[in-house]
Amino acid sequence: MTIIDFIHALTEYDFLQKALVTSVMVGIICGVIGCFIILRGMSLMGDAISHAVLPGVAISYLLGINFFIGAVATGLLTALGIGFVSQNSRIKNDTAIGILFTSAFALGIILISFLRSSSDLYHILFGNVLAVRPSDMWMTLAIGLIVLGAIFLFYKELLVTSFDPTMAAAYGLSTRLIHYLLMTMLTLVTVASLQTVGIILVVAMLITPAATAYLLTNRLSRMIFLSAGLGTISSVIGLYFSFTYNLSSGASIVLVATALFSLVFIFSPRHGLLRKWKSKKKELTT
Amino acid sequence: MIHAVEVDHLSVSYFETTALENLSVRFAPGQLIGIIGPNGAGKSTFIKAIMGLIPAEATSIRLLGQSAKQARTQVAYVPQRSAIDWDFPIRVIDAVLIGCYPQLGLFKRPKKHHRMRARACLDRVGMLNYADRQIGELSGGQQQRVFLARALAQEADLLLLDEPFVGVDAGSEGVIIDLLRMLRDEGKTILVVHHDLSKAADYFDTLLLLNRRVISVGPPQDVLHADLIEAAYGNPLAFLQKVEVSS
Repeated sequence: MTIIDFIHALTEYDFLQKALVTSVMVGIICGVIGCFIILRGMSLMGDAISHAVLPGVAISYLLGINFFIGAVATGLLTALGIGFVSQNSRIKNDTAIGILFTSAFALGIILISFLRSSSDLYHILFGNVLAVRPSDMWMTLAIGLIVLGAIFLFYKELLVTSFDPTMAAAYGLSTRLIHYLLMTMLTLVTVASLQTVGIILVVAMLITPAATAYLLTNRLSRMIFLSAGLGTISSVIGLYFSFTYNLSSGASIVLVATALFSLVFIFSPRHGLLRKWKSKKKELTT
Repeated sequence: MIHAVEVDHLSVSYFETTALENLSVRFAPGQLIGIIGPNGAGKSTFIKAIMGLIPAEATSIRLLGQSAKQARTQVAYVPQRSAIDWDFPIRVIDAVLIGCYPQLGLFKRPKKHHRMRARACLDRVGMLNYADRQIGELSGGQQQRVFLARALAQEADLLLLDEPFVGVDAGSEGVIIDLLRMLRDEGKTILVVHHDLSKAADYFDTLLLLNRRVISVGPPQDVLHADLIEAAYGNPLAFLQKVEVSS
């Protein structure tokens, strides 16, 4: 199947349009939030919060409420728990993250196995973008607007707490509040990404496009737009492969993002591998 | 007289260890003050405690005649170089612009006149030509000057600098100390955490010699006495080296 066939299918099939809109939105919001995640050295935290959403999803099914509410609740509880354990013992932050998110995830697996068939678990873990319902699409769009709006409003605070948290605290900005604001947005983004890439791989959409953008520019504002753009491209191309070759949508999208990262890692004009080698050679000859 | 810094009975402990014990000092405004003492003496802790960044016990901490909380937008802090991620995607001019943030409310963005102020501050430290560089592309001394420009943009009356001369070449060190003197002459109060005793007498109007408690405070010629230095550093070998260099 060619790209023209894919475009043709897009005009024809409603489900494919919904899949495209949803995955593009996921590409954008993951790319934007991801910039702050990687600059704050919180990649592992991103992984943790996305996994911690699982028990919330299960409990929501059990109670018959929107899974969005349960997901945000367990995601935030885990973030608070990690903060509590690392501040009140000699356990280091990454260890606290490791303990709490695996516990939440394990609890989620057991709850889900009581409630639903294994194929549902599979879809929550790995996504199934071609089965996006209209309600899922609208929820993703709404979350996207909320997250982008929050980033726009708190840009200054996010910048200063990421770059120089001591100064931010010194002039009276609550770095803790900004941290939990970001954690809230992280759980929202994970929920929005459930259908597209799933819980396990959402961390790749957070980190990989942002890291690729980080190698391309020296300005945060540009990094955010580049990262959103790279997330979008990964989503569209990944969806094409997923639809055309009947592959898992999440895995296809993530591998496209990885391919883009590899290209930039080697060829980036500022921070690429080739550039590094060249400047080293120059140093040796002079 | 309103003191720039007024601290009564300040104590700080981390878990079981005491970092600062019952420390009381007062500094008159318009001075360049050096905070000296051995490693682990609590110099940085002192600065962080008076800014309210770490939990501390004190009967009173007043900065510029106000409570530390009221004064916090008028206090500028220049962190240790090691505390900053120099790969952060930020240009020199934008790093200086952050100095305007304390005066901006929530949701407010820097305006054109803030950018102008940031450029003017960058010009004052002689770094305007580097405005569009990424901060990691600068030398240690240049980086320190950029953070000084940020403190200027904050228009603060009290400046707290944590080890500003570490990793800085001699030329830049001279430029920075000249700038600090100029600011002092404009009436600002500047506290500098410093570890090199050899230049202490030369640089500062007042010295605070610390080792978890106040060993001595006053003009450099009174503080830099052999017995006081030994009381702070404990090690007679260190004491010999320091005094030889400082005399």
